Amino acid sequence: MRILVCVKRVPAPGARINITPDGQAIDTAYLGFTMSPHEECAVEEAVQLVERHGGEATVLTLGPAEADEQLRYAASLGVAKAVLLPIDGPDWDPQRTASAITAAIGGLESADGPFDLILFGNESADSGGFQVGIRVAHALGRPVVNGIKGIDVDGDTLRARREADAGVEVYEVPMPAVLGVKEGINLPRYPTLKGRLASKKVDVAQVTPEAAEGGQRMITLLPAAEQVSATVILGNGPDAAAAVVDMLEEIGVLK
Amino acid sequence: MILVVVEHDRGTMSPATWEALAAARELGETHALTIGEAADGLVEQIGVFGATTVHQVHGDVFGDYGPEAWGAVVAEAVDALHPDIVVATGTDRGNEVMAHAAARLDLPMVANVIEFADGELIRVRWGGSLLERCSLDAPVRLITVAHHAFAATESPQTATAVPLNVEIDPALGRTVVRDRVERAAGVTLATAPVVVSGGRGVGSADGFAPLLELASELGGVVGCSRAVTNLGWRNHTDQVGQTGTRIAPDIYIACGISGAIQHWVGAMASKKILAINTDPEANMVTKADYAVIGDLHQVVPAITAEVRRRRG
Amino acid sequence: MSQPGDATTGQTVPAKANCVVIGAGIVGNCLVAHLSRLGWTDIVQIDKGPLPNPGGSTGHASNFIFPTDHNKEMAFLTLESQRQYIEHGLNNTSGGIEVARKPERLEEFNRRMTSAKAWGIEAELLTPAEIKKHVPFINEDILLGGFYTPSVSCVDSLETGTQMRNEAVERGALQVFANTEVLDVETEDGPGGPRVTAVVTNKGRIEAKHVAIACGVWSPRIAKMAGATIPLTPAVHQMADVGPIDILQQSGKEVAYPIVRDMDTFCYERQTAGSMEVGSYAHRPIFMHPDDIPSNEESALSPTELPFTADDFDQQFEEAIDLMDMLGEAEIRYAINGLLSLTPDANPVLGETVEVRNLWSAAAVWIKEGPGIAQIVAEWMTYGYPHLCDPHTTDISRFYPHEKTEHHILARCAEHFNKTYGIVHPREQWASQRGMRRSPFYAREEALGAVFFDARGWERPQWFESNAKLMEKFPEACKPREHEWDARWWSPITNAEHLQMRESVGMVDLTAFNEFDITGPGAMNYLQYMCVNNVDVPVGRSVYTPLLTPHGGFRGDLTIQRLATDHFRIITGAFDGGRDNYWFRKYMPIDGSVTFTDRSQGICTIGVWGPNAEKTMAKIVTDQSKPYDVSQAGFPYGAVREVLIDGVPCTMFRISYVGENGWEIYTNMEHGLRVWDSIAEAGKEFDIIPVGIGVYAVTGRIEKGYRLMGAELESEYNPVEAGLARPKVKSADFMGRDAYMKARDEEPAAIMCTLSMDSQRCAAGYDRFPTGGNEPILTLDNERIIDAKGRVSRVTTAGAGPSVGKYLLLAYLPPEHAVEGTKLQVMYMNECYPVTVERAGAKPLFDPDDSRMKS
Repeated sequence: MRILVCVKRVPAPGARINITPDGQAIDTAYLGFTMSPHEECAVEEAVQLVERHGGEATVLTLGPAEADEQLRYAASLGVAKAVLLPIDGPDWDPQRTASAITAAIGGLESADGPFDLILFGNESADSGGFQVGIRVAHALGRPVVNGIKGIDVDGDTLRARREADAGVEVYEVPMPAVLGVKEGINLPRYPTLKGRLASKKVDVAQVTPEAAEGGQRMITLLPAAEQVSATVILGNGPDAAAAVVDMLEEIGVLK
Repeated sequence: MILVVVEHDRGTMSPATWEALAAARELGETHALTIGEAADGLVEQIGVFGATTVHQVHGDVFGDYGPEAWGAVVAEAVDALHPDIVVATGTDRGNEVMAHAAARLDLPMVANVIEFADGELIRVRWGGSLLERCSLDAPVRLITVAHHAFAATESPQTATAVPLNVEIDPALGRTVVRDRVERAAGVTLATAPVVVSGGRGVGSADGFAPLLELASELGGVVGCSRAVTNLGWRNHTDQVGQTGTRIAPDIYIACGISGAIQHWVGAMASKKILAINTDPEANMVTKADYAVIGDLHQVVPAITAEVRRRRG
Repeated sequence: MSQPGDATTGQTVPAKANCVVIGAGIVGNCLVAHLSRLGWTDIVQIDKGPLPNPGGSTGHASNFIFPTDHNKEMAFLTLESQRQYIEHGLNNTSGGIEVARKPERLEEFNRRMTSAKAWGIEAELLTPAEIKKHVPFINEDILLGGFYTPSVSCVDSLETGTQMRNEAVERGALQVFANTEVLDVETEDGPGGPRVTAVVTNKGRIEAKHVAIACGVWSPRIAKMAGATIPLTPAVHQMADVGPIDILQQSGKEVAYPIVRDMDTFCYERQTAGSMEVGSYAHRPIFMHPDDIPSNEESALSPTELPFTADDFDQQFEEAIDLMDMLGEAEIRYAINGLLSLTPDANPVLGETVEVRNLWSAAAVWIKEGPGIAQIVAEWMTYGYPHLCDPHTTDISRFYPHEKTEHHILARCAEHFNKTYGIVHPREQWASQRGMRRSPFYAREEALGAVFFDARGWERPQWFESNAKLMEKFPEACKPREHEWDARWWSPITNAEHLQMRESVGMVDLTAFNEFDITGPGAMNYLQYMCVNNVDVPVGRSVYTPLLTPHGGFRGDLTIQRLATDHFRIITGAFDGGRDNYWFRKYMPIDGSVTFTDRSQGICTIGVWGPNAEKTMAKIVTDQSKPYDVSQAGFPYGAVREVLIDGVPCTMFRISYVGENGWEIYTNMEHGLRVWDSIAEAGKEFDIIPVGIGVYAVTGRIEKGYRLMGAELESEYNPVEAGLARPKVKSADFMGRDAYMKARDEEPAAIMCTLSMDSQRCAAGYDRFPTGGNEPILTLDNERIIDAKGRVSRVTTAGAGPSVGKYLLLAYLPPEHAVEGTKLQVMYMNECYPVTVERAGAKPLFDPDDSRMKS
């Protein structure tokens, strides 16, 4: 199988996010970086599918030069190839991003043949646009389903599972296909030392992204509304149990 | 005219759609779009939330949910009905369908709006820990509204049902739900009225036993933080958080959870939150309604014992 | 039931406390316990983070203890700390093996065996095959050998700290407030200098008599609020946890296998249950400013567990796989750029800050020495000086102003970080921050081929290449040293300079001396209190005296010149200048009757000694236009005179640390070069040579048995033991008097002796030359020699005695061994050499009645 995984470099914050004074970005001074959690699982899924069915996985990102770190991380898990679409400055909007990725995929497929499966994360952890994978799939004329939590390969078809309130939905998607994956589809492995060292040898191919700006434009970031009410301390240690149960009775949870 | 895409599962309308209808009313005259015959019975309900017209699309391919098929319908509806704004629910399906529509229409789409602000939009980032003010420049504006951001206020109208004929490529049936595994009856994490959740502080998979007992005693379910699923102590299906499940129980009891932002956004819609933690300044504690400062291994069993005692 | 030490939300802090301890890491937690044991009450401990783990370096530490250290103080504090961890039941003995990939490391292991022997630490050299028996998964093919210490252990520092803290709480001595951040530290000025008065927190203001800063990487920030400086920088130390590893999981234990220190790659591997923690001191130095450390909230993990920069660790991963193949398949489960504290000389910074009274520093401390250090800081705060051991190495007052700049801190830390597991020669010289302080004679010295050594920033000539030709004159004394280690940072030219000086005359640059003027109507009484010996000498005379700690051990060793009735000048050496400056200012009366003036930056010094010193100086020293009588009769030993040298006002002081006739000559910096040239010119006819510190501080001194503060003289010893007790004691009171009088009444438990090596021939067939780095003195049965007070006999100074034709060692010996002629051994680089006690006590080996100096 030839599989492509598209990822995005995002900060890995703690319990608080600081916005830069100009409101245009997150202050990443203290922060490490990662790929979005859904995408970590997409990378793991790609590696597992290749382990099961043979073939090769490629990871691609549109991002700053430092996103090399995320590409190498994917490589350290077993992804064979890496592609960087380098951009300067702020994130590109979802239409523009999808357009650039589509063009790059076109180039990769002309060179090495089509991807049986292209994986995206369901949405990115930071901007959460929920659309880049779907736009790319549409531009490539391929079927796409989001929210996938299980993939089985059955000949030319992918059986993809998705969780809904009512239960598990099963889709049968013909390849070549695009799937948007959710965390929980697998438990991603950690890189081994050898994997890490091998990742240093991977050649990161660079493709200059070109695409027109879309119609969504970020104006400013804002902090989320803060809760103002004070926390009521019901007590310290197990002695607080009575007060807790009083509260539970009050809110009507004890029946 | 504002066109609301009704989210329904084989004829059952989602509560998020009520919020979408209420939000749409802020913007102008509201119509609704239903896809599939199963939704035909929803006209009266839709009217309760203020839509005046329900455009109904029928077709064999719409017997069940299919993101491409539904997205194509929305795109066709835009071409046919010329709405100013299309509003969908900020749910898995709503975001997905709107993205499909946007791709087909080659228009921008803004997901998870929480507020309309003088022609601009306030939307959610980081699952809700950060907000973004953005502009949307397009002849038809495609948006989804974040779940729980708008109140599902009623404004009863008598809605008129109108058929809408659209042509979509039958090949799009390739991504219609093929099969289902129905969930066993019972509460899920997303719907439970009580969730008792544990973080790294629980210490091990076995350490969750007291939490399971308390949850069971209260008619609820157990949840956990991302750290716990990464450690393999519990399944991802139990994970509360930005990339797990967003919960909205009557009470969320968070035990030994520090409250990193990606966890908080999964829990913040809870009606009440009780945090049990040794650190009084942990994020979870300072944001909670109630707190017990102490070791969860002692506090949780004590609560369970007290509940049992009062039940007699 | 709430636990002791719980802190609840919203609680305000008390308005007053006796002592506020800032920091709840290993040091802060042990400090509050030790304070409470010493009777302190009304202590408030605060930390801006939560408990039990507030997020400092303690929270992520590797927690293992390798006790062997070449430095006595650090070894002692580590052993004491390990004892305290054992006392709490939180010490898990695993053993530890340092492994060598390179031959030089095997030599260093010999040195470590020697230090281990000195401190009584069981240790063993291993062959690669033997290493493999202990650590079956190691690749012994790439190793040359190992240094094994069975007592190496892993500790639970978090739990130990928690228990210590709870101990103080249960004693009713302590209140603890977590999540309480220091916003300011208030001080009040006064005649004795600024004094701390309060700590302002986000939960209220606490008036406090004493404040102790034990907050690790944040310490400089807190100190700065009070106007004090704690010279350290937060620095990254990378570590990664890799696993799961079958053989480790199967062991079923937290640490079943010895911890491995891969010394030549600057890494360690330590088992943690089913994983291996790999840590590194090999990466590029990565520093952070204390103000830039993120808060608990802003950090994904904690403020001292920063995001891992994988690129910096790749080489270490490769080397770790070379050493332990099984690591290749292990997963990288946790990896951080951890933060710890580094100081310019890599030693902790302890004691009262020099800028602010009652503001104490307990910073830059490793887990392995935490409890012991907390104890000495507590004793310091209680008694005025620690009892447990002399903090000479760790005393914060050791630094001069230029050493406390960020510039200096960062440069030196960048240089020594990668030497954390390095092989550092005892005489090794710094490469960075050189040339900070130069005497007026620097250009002359450079032209004379001076090889400069760094003494707290001063460039001091250690020897002069221009004297190389003298080696032909004294061939026997100037043989080269065969082993490269012995010859490093040394030259046989020193021995030639020594002999030439003793034959004729030499001149020594002593500008690195510190001069402190004590003036005012209260000066004499004040110094009388600070010093053991009588300072009420006539104007123009001097006194050489110890200073004691309150409990009667050495705190200082210096000379004092009486320049006028109310004007005394203290002369002290380069290395103790900072400590002595602080000590004198601390105890000065504050009623205005005494003024302290540091004159060091304005005064330079030349020593002129030798049989022809008098003749040399007679040519140029005048009283106005008249020649000055510089004979012993006219200018006796110990006298201090204002003179003119070639028309330049100078102070001449007849004294000698090298045992020769001559003077220390002081003048203002601006005059120095002229005076140097005058002396050089005058001495030409006597073949005067410049003489380096190799003679002044080692060969000249050791032949006379002159003790050195920080080497022979420490607070663990008293003047009786050091052989510096005078026949009579002045009637005036002085610090440490009671303990001193008691010591005079008792038999000394140890006596400072001069020993000579009977043979220096090593097994390989050439001579070795101990460096004077705590080599243990052993009985002929290879046993350590420990006195009645538990102090071990070890070499405090070693050097050639060219004039006596022997290689000499100074060491304390208990009375049964301190007998001239006694045969013993010295261990050097893991080999034993026969030695003989030449002198027990202070009588010099060379020129025993000091005739060369005084007649």
